[in-house]
Amino acid sequence: MSENALAARGVNKSFGSLVVAADVDLVLPAGVRYALIGPNGAGKTTLINLMTGMLRPDAGRISLGDEDITALAPEQRVQRGLVRTFQINSLFPHLTALESVTLAVCERRGVAQTWWRQLTAYGHEIDEAYDILTALSLAPVCHRRTRELAYGQQRLLEIALALATRPKVLLLDEPAAGVPREESKELFAAIAGLSHDITVLFIEHDMELVFRFASRVIVMVGGRVLLEGTPAEIAADPRVRAVYLGKARHG
Amino acid sequence: MTIETIAGPHDHLRAQSSWRWSEIAFWLATLLPFVLTPSYLVLASQIAIAALFALSLDLILGFSGIISLGHAAYFGAGAYTAGLISKWGWGEPLTGLLLAGLVAGALGYLSSFIIARFRHLALIMITLGLGLLLQEAANSASWLTGGSDGLQGIHSWPIFGVFRFDLYGYTAYSYALAVLFVIFLVARRLIHSPFGLALRGIRENGQRMPAIGAPTHAHIRTIYTIAAVIAGIAGAMLAQTTETVSLEVLGFQRSADVLVMLIIGGPGCLYGGLVGAAVYMVARDQFSGLNPQFWYFWIGLLLIAVVMIVPDGILGGLARLMQRARIKP
Repeated sequence: MSENALAARGVNKSFGSLVVAADVDLVLPAGVRYALIGPNGAGKTTLINLMTGMLRPDAGRISLGDEDITALAPEQRVQRGLVRTFQINSLFPHLTALESVTLAVCERRGVAQTWWRQLTAYGHEIDEAYDILTALSLAPVCHRRTRELAYGQQRLLEIALALATRPKVLLLDEPAAGVPREESKELFAAIAGLSHDITVLFIEHDMELVFRFASRVIVMVGGRVLLEGTPAEIAADPRVRAVYLGKARHG
Repeated sequence: MTIETIAGPHDHLRAQSSWRWSEIAFWLATLLPFVLTPSYLVLASQIAIAALFALSLDLILGFSGIISLGHAAYFGAGAYTAGLISKWGWGEPLTGLLLAGLVAGALGYLSSFIIARFRHLALIMITLGLGLLLQEAANSASWLTGGSDGLQGIHSWPIFGVFRFDLYGYTAYSYALAVLFVIFLVARRLIHSPFGLALRGIRENGQRMPAIGAPTHAHIRTIYTIAAVIAGIAGAMLAQTTETVSLEVLGFQRSADVLVMLIIGGPGCLYGGLVGAAVYMVARDQFSGLNPQFWYFWIGLLLIAVVMIVPDGILGGLARLMQRARIKP
C-alpha cells in the first residue's frame, strides 16, 4: 500500500472571477483522521467536489494511492476507493435503508447490471448490507423507507452507503450537520470506530469534535490551504485564531 | 402482516417479490373477455397491445424516472418492421416480433447515448424531437413506408402455422395476451433484480448514484434499450393484428396517449400501464360512441380528475385505500 492515500497537487478552480481553489496542495497519509476546517465559503466542500470528480479542476492533479485519477469520472473514483458523503442528506427517499445499502454493495460487486436474476438470490450482498447497518445500529429500522427515518439515522445511512463501497479514502462533508450535539457525538464515535485502513477526512465546524476526533487538521481560507498540523498546533496558531476561532478580522 | 413482524433481512425482500393473490386474480380476469364480451375481442387485443406499450414506458418512466414524450418512435419502428417483412413475403408472426424488437432495440440503443445525458425538461424536448424526426423520415420515405397512405399489403400467417387471425379477434387477443404475459414476466423479474434496484436508485436520486460507484449512464442505456425492444414488439403486434401500418404509429398523439394511460393507471408498479390502458381504451371506445367528434374532451376530463384525486394513478389510490382499511379495521 502506498504511503499517501490521497493527494492533490497544484489544484486550481475558479468560477469566473471567483477563485474557489488556489494552488491547493494536500497530501493525506494512509490511515490518518483529518479534519478540514475553515470559515464559510473557504472552499471546503468545493475541494471535496474537486477530489471526487464532481467538479473538474482548471489545473492540477489528483492522485489516489499511486494512480493519477484526475481524468476519471466520479463513479470510477468510487470504484477505486475514493468515496464521499454529502452535507445535505442526499439519499434515496423511497428505498428502505436495507435496499439502499444493498444497492451500493451490488454496485461495488459489479452485479447491479444483472436483470435476469432475482435480488433475493444475492444473499451475500444482502447480508453484507445488513451487517453494515447493524454496525451503525440501523438494523432495527432497516425495512423503513429512508424518508421515514429520523434525521440522525439518515446521517448514519449516508455513512452506511459510503462504507458499502469499501472505501480506502472517505471524505465526510459535515457528517453531523443539523444533528443535535448529543447525537453528533454518537455519530463521530461511529466514525472514530471505522477501520484504520480507511483514511478519513471530515469537514466539521464544531471545534470540540474536531479536536477530539482528528489526528491532523487542515485550515482553509479563501480557497487556499492556510496551514496543516496537529490539533494542538492549530489551536495555538495566531493566524487560525484570527481567521477562524472567533477573533475579529478587523481588529 | 406488517413489516416489523417479519424477521430477517432476506424474508422481507423475498416477500416483496413474491406473487400476490391480487396479481393472480388480475391475470385470471384478463381471460374474462373470451367469456363475457366475445364481441369485443378486437378491442381487447388493442388493449393488450396498448398495455404492453405502456408497460415498456413504465420501465423507463415509472421505474427509472426517465420521462419521454416520444416513445411512439420505437412502437412505430416495430410496427413498420413487422409490416415490411410481411409485405416482402414473410408473414410469420413470431419471427416478425423478434425482428421488430431487434430494429426498435437498435434504434433505442443508439438514442440512449443522448437520453442518458439529460434529465427533466431537456429530456421531454429531446424525446419529442426524436419522435417527430422519425415520423417525418417515415413520411418522406414513402417508397418504403407508403407515406401518408400507410403501408398496404400486409398479410399475417397463422400462428405456429395453425391459428389463423379471425375477424372476431379471437386469435388476435389470445396472441396479444400471451405475448403481454410473457413480457410481463420478464419485466417483473427485471424489476426485482439487482438491476431493478439500481433503476429505482436512479429514479430516487440520480445525482447520488455516481457517489456509490454506479455507472448511471450505462444503466440508463440498458433499460432504455430494453424498453425500446418491448415497445417495438407492441408495435409489431398492432401491425400484425390489424394488417396495416399508418404514420400515426409514430405520431406524437400515440406518445401522449401512452403517457396518459400510464399516469391514469399509476406509474412505477408494473400493473399501472396495464390498468391504465384498459381504462383509457374502454373510455375512448365508450366516449367516441357517445360523441365521435369530441371524445378527447372526456379523456381530458378523466386525466385531470385522476391526477387531482389520485396523483399516483388508480393503482396508487387503491393501494392507499387498502392501507387505510388495514390500519382501521
